[in-house]
Amino acid sequence: MTEQTYSKTELMICVAARLFEDSSTCFIGTGIPMLAAMLAAKTTASNLVPVFEFGGLGAILEELPRAVGEARTFHKGISASGICDTMETAQRGFIDYGFLGGAQIDPYGNLNSVVIGEHDHPKARLPGSGGGNDVGSLCWRTIAIMQHDKRRFVSKVDFVTTPGYLSGPGAREAAGLPRSSGPAYVVSTLALMDYDPGTCRMRLKAVHPGVSVDEVLEATGFELSVADDISTNPPPSAEELRLLREEIDPEKLYI
Amino acid sequence: MNILESGHGELIQPFDLDEFREWNRTQKSRKLTDKLMTEAEAVSRFVYDGCYIGTELYGTVRCPMSLAREVLRQGRKDLRVCGQGVLELDLWLAAGIVKKLDITYIGLEVYGTSSALRRAVESGQVETCVEWSNGSISWRMKAAAMGVPFIPTRAMLGTDMIAHSAAKVVEDPFTGQKVALLPALVLDVALIHVHRADRFGNCQIEGITGFAAEMARASKRLIVSAEEIVPTEEIRSYPDRTIIPYYLVDAVVHAPFGSYPGEMAYVYGRDEEAIREWVEMSKTAEGAKEYLDKYVYGLKDHQEYLSFIGQERLNEMVALREKRG
Repeated sequence: MTEQTYSKTELMICVAARLFEDSSTCFIGTGIPMLAAMLAAKTTASNLVPVFEFGGLGAILEELPRAVGEARTFHKGISASGICDTMETAQRGFIDYGFLGGAQIDPYGNLNSVVIGEHDHPKARLPGSGGGNDVGSLCWRTIAIMQHDKRRFVSKVDFVTTPGYLSGPGAREAAGLPRSSGPAYVVSTLALMDYDPGTCRMRLKAVHPGVSVDEVLEATGFELSVADDISTNPPPSAEELRLLREEIDPEKLYI
Repeated sequence: MNILESGHGELIQPFDLDEFREWNRTQKSRKLTDKLMTEAEAVSRFVYDGCYIGTELYGTVRCPMSLAREVLRQGRKDLRVCGQGVLELDLWLAAGIVKKLDITYIGLEVYGTSSALRRAVESGQVETCVEWSNGSISWRMKAAAMGVPFIPTRAMLGTDMIAHSAAKVVEDPFTGQKVALLPALVLDVALIHVHRADRFGNCQIEGITGFAAEMARASKRLIVSAEEIVPTEEIRSYPDRTIIPYYLVDAVVHAPFGSYPGEMAYVYGRDEEAIREWVEMSKTAEGAKEYLDKYVYGLKDHQEYLSFIGQERLNEMVALREKRG
């Protein structure tokens, strides 16, 4: 096999894409999740049903959407409705996965996309929840996609925008969030993480090729446990890279 | 009902549903009257300083840009705004006319965070940011559209969103479980851009409908701009497509390319280069001002704006449109 060169972002997209289950409904947010969904739809999950918050359902993802409301989010779609319909569809248990991002994530998978610093006098005002809180509250399982460094993987986020497991086991249910819902994975530029079912804390599941366990632990601002059966994620295949570069993001908006 | 938690965010648009009913009875004519007017006339009649105003849809999609630019030209200020727009609200934030925000998301999606939002909030120019999710703000409008004071949701719970919103967490009287109650949102004014309307205000939209139906029904005054003004017979041939009936509408503005530089499903695509120009120029206050002078204040109206952009450029965007089939 010939040696492929690829970027961290390309690898992250490939690892995320492989998590999509075929014939599942998935809430897709702006950015990297869109690329991952497109790659999944073109490889292992050809019957994926992408859901975009402003009403696009079941689109054929031929060209990369640049915005969650644009026409590519319902291109040859099954339906084009509105935001109340999509969010209510999630609220009554029809959306299997939601893909999320944020500026910060904590060990329980809580995400911040509102402010850095104090809310009323912020150091940095971030865009806000958008559909993030709805997706993290109402989908069955969520997958976060993040750059991996100590500024982003923090022991406590400045503002809990999107609920992960909140403060630990049972906390979501106690807060009134839907039963048996919550974060499943975090895909970062360094590794794939899941959550320890006993503690609901993030756990290192598989490192990216060429990345050591220590490197991941070093880049994480909290104590990250390591799964007993830790593995290495397969590198992007030649076909995955070709799809990404030639069909999905030929303009190199993200990769 | 047992209140378990109350958000301390300001309810920046208090409401009175009996007053809203009375408004709908006395201020919204059921008569089919010709409401066609210019952006200038519509904004001058219905948008006022300090009003609570909202725009639809989101990002760069079907945004009422010609109306948003006219609001700037007429110097409206101290606006209280619900924020799930992007491009049009970015212009307003950069121009300093936004006082309070029910914020959901204001960013530039693929191009990252909004510099205009950062400057406006971090400097304290925007006095208040009350936090809501996209679903929550739409449901708040849905509650108003239903004519009820609140709507329950299972979103927002357990997070800091509740504390910084004006929502309440209560014990559901039927099941005893926790549920969040979102207060109805009755807007003073809404701006919505649609594909086609007749002179009376019957509106049809193609593609996703975002929250147009809810916002139209939650607003005291509604200005619609339309790509195309069509005879009422055309509306009557496809009544199933009418998402906004005329009696909700106060003004109808004919605005071809009304969402440019954003997109309009099946009509034109978005102008990436023009959007990047805003992204770059809005990085500094000076750049944003220069942009506003060039594209808003320096041009008399939407017609002059379109001439300034040029037909050739607009035709290129038409070629980029999403095609059916």
